[in-house]
Amino acid sequence: MELRVEGLTVARGGVPVLEGLGFSLKAGEVLVLRGPNGSGKTTLLRTLAGLQPPQAGEISLPPETIAYGAHADGLKAQLTVTENLMFWARVYGTGDIDAALSRMNLVSLRDRPAANLSAGQKRRLGLARLLVTGRPIWLLDEPTVSLDTASVGLFADCVRAHVADGGAALIATHIDLGLEAEILDVTPFRADPDAARVQGAFDEAFL
Amino acid sequence: MIALLMRDLRLSVRAGGGFGLGLAFFLIVTVLVPFGVGPEAEILARIAPGILWVGALLACLLSLDRIFQLDFEDGSLDLLATAPVPMEGAVAIKALAHWLVTGLPLTLAAPLFGGLMSMQAPGHWWMFVTLLLGTPALSMIGAFGAALTVGLKRGGLLLSLLVLPLYVPTLIFGAEAAARGMAGLANSTPLLMVAGITAGSVALLPFAAAAALRINLR
Repeated sequence: MELRVEGLTVARGGVPVLEGLGFSLKAGEVLVLRGPNGSGKTTLLRTLAGLQPPQAGEISLPPETIAYGAHADGLKAQLTVTENLMFWARVYGTGDIDAALSRMNLVSLRDRPAANLSAGQKRRLGLARLLVTGRPIWLLDEPTVSLDTASVGLFADCVRAHVADGGAALIATHIDLGLEAEILDVTPFRADPDAARVQGAFDEAFL
Repeated sequence: MIALLMRDLRLSVRAGGGFGLGLAFFLIVTVLVPFGVGPEAEILARIAPGILWVGALLACLLSLDRIFQLDFEDGSLDLLATAPVPMEGAVAIKALAHWLVTGLPLTLAAPLFGGLMSMQAPGHWWMFVTLLLGTPALSMIGAFGAALTVGLKRGGLLLSLLVLPLYVPTLIFGAEAAARGMAGLANSTPLLMVAGITAGSVALLPFAAAAALRINLR
């Protein structure tokens, strides 16, 4: 199992943000994406997750291996913690949520509607979703936003366990998670936004 | 897929889910019409199939923008798109959930509300049959419209403008079949047309809606 990217150009709104990007991520590895705001980390992750096509380049990865953790947690405020998590467990066909609840320290909140959770608790529930997907490659976009120090530690433990279990993680973050990780700074790959605007904008307007 | 259906149904009956909203709207429209038209039983009975059909159609329209908009706003549409559920299947399931929450109650209530319009005996039955055949098409066409407008702020009005013209054939044939059935005339041709529209939209529109969603998620 390996995620390999070669000569990748990703675009947001028809304007290329990163170009010529290449890296590989093998089982047991963690890769941390760095870069200033607006440098294209989210766009890269969305492209890898298959939500948008790349403008150029190759992404090779085995099918059905990606679990994507976005900025938004995708929680339903009217459903309880258990119901929210159970839904994703059933979508991914795993079904067991108890381990995920205890590892993200959510057991005491399990019958609370998601509407009544704090921002950090919601985030923990969103991260617990990754544990129930059973997918080997995690793509995480700012996973530690609104988490306290203890929860960041919990999350880092989860990533360590996942990686030790033969998984891999690609994490866009600004803080130091205390993980043994390669660091990929995307700044050198930033595209010149004016260069390709003329050719890219036309197609996008009609799609 | 079943998990998605159960979640949507559960959400619709929780607070703010909108279950019963369409039904209440339908009832109010049916009650308002006699106030506007006057109490003559013959006139009301004659226009009843058309009014009930228009009422059902507008009630259906009321909750369409919720199909994808809420999932889009809280990010679960992104996560659903990366989940091992085909987008086409998710669209079909969401349209089915919309029908179970909106179209089916309307269909069951229409014969009852027909009484408020002085509708006579065979008319009730035909209202039920035509709505049962026609409302799935309303939900499916509506889901397609909702997929087209999902990323737009306040897309609800645009959604209505897009979807209402597409509802016209279903309305024409559905109301015609109900009116003919009520008058004791042969109505198998419009009935078959309604059934055909439903079958065609259920077969084709999930693909169109899924394509629209993929573009809107980019």
